[in-house]
Amino acid sequence: MNINGIRAIYRFEMNRTRRTLMQSIISPVLSTSLYFIVFGTAIGSRMGEIDGISYGAFIIPGLLMLSLLSESISNASFGIFFPKFSGTIYEVLSAPVSPFEILAGYVGAAATKSLIIGALILLTARVFVDYSIAHPFWMLAFLLLTALTFSLFGFIIGVWANDFQQLQVIPLMVITPLTFLGGAFYSINMLPEPWHTLTLFNPVVYLINGFRWAFYGVADVHMGLSLGMTLMFLLICLTVVWWIFRTGYRIKP
Amino acid sequence: MQSIIKIQGVSKTYASGFTALKSVDLEIRRGEIFALLGPNGAGKTTLISIICGIVNASSGRVLADGVDIVDDYRQARSLIGLVPQELTTDAFESVWDTVSFSRGLFGKPADPDYIEKVLRQLSLWDKRHSKMLALSGGMKRRVMIAKALSHEPRILFLDEPTAGVDVELRRDMWEMVRGLREDGVTVILTTHYIEEAEEMADRIGVINRGELVLVEDKAELIQKLGQKQLHLHLQTPLTELPPSLKPFNLVLSEEGTQLTYTFDAHQETSGIADLLRGLSELNIDLKDLQSKQSSLEEIFVSLVHRPES
Repeated sequence: MNINGIRAIYRFEMNRTRRTLMQSIISPVLSTSLYFIVFGTAIGSRMGEIDGISYGAFIIPGLLMLSLLSESISNASFGIFFPKFSGTIYEVLSAPVSPFEILAGYVGAAATKSLIIGALILLTARVFVDYSIAHPFWMLAFLLLTALTFSLFGFIIGVWANDFQQLQVIPLMVITPLTFLGGAFYSINMLPEPWHTLTLFNPVVYLINGFRWAFYGVADVHMGLSLGMTLMFLLICLTVVWWIFRTGYRIKP
Repeated sequence: MQSIIKIQGVSKTYASGFTALKSVDLEIRRGEIFALLGPNGAGKTTLISIICGIVNASSGRVLADGVDIVDDYRQARSLIGLVPQELTTDAFESVWDTVSFSRGLFGKPADPDYIEKVLRQLSLWDKRHSKMLALSGGMKRRVMIAKALSHEPRILFLDEPTAGVDVELRRDMWEMVRGLREDGVTVILTTHYIEEAEEMADRIGVINRGELVLVEDKAELIQKLGQKQLHLHLQTPLTELPPSLKPFNLVLSEEGTQLTYTFDAHQETSGIADLLRGLSELNIDLKDLQSKQSSLEEIFVSLVHRPES
């Protein structure tokens, strides 16, 4: 195992985060805080409870998930896309590092950054909203699994993308709508048919609800189903990444 | 001498259908400086990229110090350093960080003393805190070399190391390569400057259109490069060469209007005076005459069209 290699990639990526602190950490935390102010404190005070939880607290898991997904994807995708774009990927390809070690470096760094952002958002939320965590272990487990899975997903997008537009298209056009429509701001039980049933095909519903269950012990779908869906998505991403390294798809002609 | 790199039947056809290499066989000797010459698009970079693991070969295999570069990639790659042709660097990293990154990536524990030595050798020490984007092209090239040397490779690939580099840096680089050879590092460089191959290499390989056309000791090749040709355009066509001109090994063109005389420019006497005297004795009048040295490109072409021997 090339531990030094993993460390080199990981440190390189974390240095990049440090250099772009405003954009990579502060800006997502700030924008999520705005949601807390507007929906939690301002509008939230005029809204009724959902499943016995105040509205401000209800939206925390969903908002956290929203930043977790988009930050994991954007950080991991950029991490691998940029060397590919600038040509510096030659060095990683010519180094004695295995696909697993490359992933551990890039995806590990992206997931770490997401976890930092997640923690900061949770702390910031405390300023505006009162919340409690019913199952801290599961909350951490979901946080970790989601950060990891979506960093892997980001890695795939970064390998696939041929230009900056393609890099943005999945997070903006797919992930953000799915999160907004996946019950980040409402319980899907509030939806009339056929929207309720349709929503069940949105994978993000399971992520948000698993997370919400870990916070408040209540959710629209069973926690086991949420966990299963998250693990399934992780497995799919791992399979695709395995295939990328086996075929050299878009990184090694 | 034992070979450090063994290339066996390596071919490469890209997804676009372009065949960059056609079954190349080559052995690089331990500790030598090998220059791979060829025009643009000949397959030099593809060959290097395959050995270094950046491109997959379509067929064939490569051994580096006896180990397969695909099956035992860890062992093989840790032996090899690569300086690519393009100046691809992480713009926002400092010189020190980017060189240290390379060392770690290749599995070596941090060694600030060694990195300092490399940076000093390449006159980069003063620039160690500079960001890559603030460096000139020549400085960036030095950093690329420092990165390749950071993990103490036994084999170093330099892909067009002096393309677009000023004279001073070129001399420095040659000096550095010689120093590496003294330390036992095998150096493979690609170039399209014949002068560079002449200056540096122990052996020279010529590659064209994906085929290795020749591999020869430098001394022998330089002999060939030293040849010049004198073209004599005749007033009246000849049907055959007069017997008295036989010793000059002239070639008569098909229409009989041109004689070509090949001579060695390195020799003391070219034999031109004797030839002209011989022609005038035979009352062969000349319309025009020109002498020219084969350019590298012409040598490539002549090598490619040379019949199989």
